[in-house]
Amino acid sequence: MFSRFTPAMRMGTSIAIAVGVYGISFGALSVTAGLNVWQTCALSALMFTGGSQFAFIGVIGSGGTGAAAWAAATLLGVRNGVYGMQLKSLIRPPARRIPLMAQLTIDESTATATAQDHHDERVRGFWTAGVGVYVMWNGFTLIGALAGNALGDPAMWGLDGAAVAAFLGLLWPRLHAKDPIALAVVAALATIITLPLVPPGIPVLIAAAVTAGWWAWRRRAAEAVAE
Amino acid sequence: MTLWIWVLGACVAAYAIKLAGYLLPQSLLDRPVFGELAGALTVGLLTSLTVMNTVGKGQGIALDSRLLALAAGAIALKLRAPYIVVVIAGALASAIGRRAGLP
Repeated sequence: MFSRFTPAMRMGTSIAIAVGVYGISFGALSVTAGLNVWQTCALSALMFTGGSQFAFIGVIGSGGTGAAAWAAATLLGVRNGVYGMQLKSLIRPPARRIPLMAQLTIDESTATATAQDHHDERVRGFWTAGVGVYVMWNGFTLIGALAGNALGDPAMWGLDGAAVAAFLGLLWPRLHAKDPIALAVVAALATIITLPLVPPGIPVLIAAAVTAGWWAWRRRAAEAVAE
Repeated sequence: MTLWIWVLGACVAAYAIKLAGYLLPQSLLDRPVFGELAGALTVGLLTSLTVMNTVGKGQGIALDSRLLALAAGAIALKLRAPYIVVVIAGALASAIGRRAGLP
């Protein structure tokens, strides 16, 4: 069956398995942080954006307030709004699909869609990765939440390392020229410098703002040279 | 009980943000400058997420076995391994590091 998949569907399925299994780590960490099983599952089913979910339970687990958890999760979710704009201009979905597409708009579905060269493949990539991650992520969240402390520290199983490699794998294909590499270096520096200074989740937004500033400055410099 | 309110409130906010991106007019999104900015922002966000997952620990930095995962992932990507192999390489590297006694 897998052999009949198009390249975009294969990529989407791979991502769904790799990232979905990581849901076990979220489920276990969430109940350890003090949420109950239902709250943990609600986050995966309704919020459905891993970074924000980890930010939410991270703040609660470290003794922060519900309001602080809300703010960290919401700020980290802002990038999904950017993804929505990108996907709309790339795929031009019919209006009736947008409510469902919006819920499935996350790092993995966006990355799978934007990595394809043709419209139909982009659509297939988006839905395979989006639906695939949704099913896997929610199933493994429940398993992790029920297993809870019995699983021990998820880090011992290398699940935090899986997340690192997963994000690097999404970034890698975009580092194909000098300009994006410079952007990445700037974003990495902004993140490292601000990590100890501001609450969890915020460095990503600072890095995004610095990236946009750098991009605008480079663009203006390029225009000045052209004139 | 109050935690439930923040859980559901954060879920509503997350969906509203996702939907907002799709509600911008197509004419605005069609401007080439917008595509360039969106591409730059994607690189910035994915880089930041990678770095944060590698060295971030609460409000601070911790250098531990996740650095091995980053290196293993990079090597796998350099060898053009499929995505799932890249992720497994990262998991194995940090699991081996931890079991060998590294932080």
